[in-house]
Amino acid sequence: MSKQNGNVPEHPMENILRMDRIPHIWCATCGIGTAVSCFAQALQNTDYPLDKTAVVSGIGCTGRVAGYVKLDSFHSTHGRAIPFATGLKLSNPELKVIVFSGDGDLISIGGNHFIHAARRNMDLKIFCVNNFTYAMTGGQCAPTTPIGANASTTPYGNSDTPFNLPLLAASCGAVYVARWTSLHIRRLTKAMTEALEKPGFSFVEIIAPCSTLYARRNRLGTGLDLLKFYHDNSEIKHGADLNTLDIDFQKKIIVGKFVDKDKPTFVDNWNNHLKNKLGEKFVPYGPIEASQKS
Amino acid sequence: MKADPKGVLTGEHYLDGDHACTEGALAAGCRFIAGYPITPSTEVVERFAARIPLVGGIFIQMEDELGAMAAIVGGAWGGKKVMTVTSGPGFSLMMENIGLAVMMETPCVVINVQRGGPSTGLPTMTGQQDMMQARWGSHGDYEIIALSPASPQETFEYTIKCFNLAEKYRVPVLLMMDECVGHMTEKVVIPKADEIDVFYRKLTKLPPEKYLPYKPNENLVPDMIVAGEGYRIHTTGLTHDEKGYPVMTAEVQDKLVRRLCDKINKNADDIIELEEENIEDADIIVMAYGITSRVTIPAITKAREKGLKVGFIKMITVWPFPEKRVRQLAKKVKAFVMPEINLGQVVLELERVVCGQAKVLHVPHAGGNVHDPEDIYKVIQEAAK
Repeated sequence: MSKQNGNVPEHPMENILRMDRIPHIWCATCGIGTAVSCFAQALQNTDYPLDKTAVVSGIGCTGRVAGYVKLDSFHSTHGRAIPFATGLKLSNPELKVIVFSGDGDLISIGGNHFIHAARRNMDLKIFCVNNFTYAMTGGQCAPTTPIGANASTTPYGNSDTPFNLPLLAASCGAVYVARWTSLHIRRLTKAMTEALEKPGFSFVEIIAPCSTLYARRNRLGTGLDLLKFYHDNSEIKHGADLNTLDIDFQKKIIVGKFVDKDKPTFVDNWNNHLKNKLGEKFVPYGPIEASQKS
Repeated sequence: MKADPKGVLTGEHYLDGDHACTEGALAAGCRFIAGYPITPSTEVVERFAARIPLVGGIFIQMEDELGAMAAIVGGAWGGKKVMTVTSGPGFSLMMENIGLAVMMETPCVVINVQRGGPSTGLPTMTGQQDMMQARWGSHGDYEIIALSPASPQETFEYTIKCFNLAEKYRVPVLLMMDECVGHMTEKVVIPKADEIDVFYRKLTKLPPEKYLPYKPNENLVPDMIVAGEGYRIHTTGLTHDEKGYPVMTAEVQDKLVRRLCDKINKNADDIIELEEENIEDADIIVMAYGITSRVTIPAITKAREKGLKVGFIKMITVWPFPEKRVRQLAKKVKAFVMPEINLGQVVLELERVVCGQAKVLHVPHAGGNVHDPEDIYKVIQEAAK
């Protein structure tokens, strides 16, 4: 880690980031980079081996995260990061599988997979960057765009009700649910660490600025202005009533940890149930056998 | 290598094509299926769900076919041999992620028990109308492998072939069944495990720092890895270089897409399997696949009894199309006849390849049942004129 390369010290995240792909594509003041830094720190906080850790992304700005992390990393199709990750995890249960993607990818086109993976308590860590817009395609309305906000497809302001993501995740069965903004780097890192360590479907929503599209189109200033806005308008309320977590346009954002409970995962249920039903005949499901890979 | 005996139900059985497909998958070493119910394919996953807890592996019924296809692509990278099963409408939904599997070079098997279409069409009745969708259904340029069985026994055997080809060429392989083959019950003989050859993707022997995930071997197929073994690879549906990293240039696109196509086309002789009968003296060759290859037999028998010199090619592999063999024969014969349970799909490829050197006659059928062999006979007669 502290190896010197000439006079330039190595980046402290060098063992987790693909330095040969830097500079990344994200705009200056975008919040995704902060989310990735928090994630890299969270990985270092857990002692799970990096070689057994995989990241799956979908499509979009946050969908590019898989391309920058030096782990087994999969940049899948739009909306299908969760089912891709489901297959990866079920095929190779030793892996710690993180889905890192955006609100449009995970909740709009991928919404059906999101609710079902939560219902099954699939052992996936879902890190969802919510920037209230489809940024990669030029700032269209998302299922998270607050009512009244402008987007390229809502030129007179959005009239379509957005999702309350923590409520959605929790009501579908997520065992860990938290929301932080990209300003709350210490708390976000802690939430990601907890989510990584929690068996089952864990969900962390990361409110992040998109200064190029969302902020510009809504005349909200620069990325720094948005962080200032988060600073002044975020209210930390652990265990808050999930029904109160809607985000209105430029109003208070309630952040915190809302759900942290224990429940058997999909594979736990498979093993327990079938052991009960089939007894000795059942072959318990576990890590991949070496004999299958010769 | 030989099949793992845990998955092989050696013996004589009375099975329908769907169940024979499951047994073929288990014998081939498939230990993960993600599926979604759809008539007339559902029996494949139903049997898998019953069998896999006793064999060791896992089944998941996904929320839809988009998820099922994406899950098997992920599952393949986790190290298992993987499969999904569907029919027309579900096949349409799987197309995008079949393209992802092509781009990521992911070994996987997709079973399509074809029914009549378009749309919901004839859920319980037969068709061969997804053949061009199998070939071209996902967007972009690519080549694919598709096989088509005519009986439960063939379904068992071809399912194993599908896995072996998928693993060897790192490509989705499609088993294009017909509803009536899926639901036809016949004797199926399952050999002993040590009589079944199976193939697992070639894994790299290079250390992680020297390994390039998309650097091809001589046969144009790159060596693979299993996630979680320290290679820390990146793979993407974007156009990518040998490292797997996205590169948005025409040059890299050209190199990648040409190789994806070439790895199938240049290995066509190894991939394609045909069964030929009475070709030597033939004036007319009937070409058919799937159930239609069986329905054709009485028509050919009758024609030969009437003195017509009719040869027969049963296409085990439909895609890639047997261009080389058809070109050779087109110079020698008067006509080709192709019956299909569609209004003209694979015959278009036949016409392209024959390129005017012989007559090409189609025997169309819109689906719902199989051809009347008499209709095929009439077209053979016409071809002889």
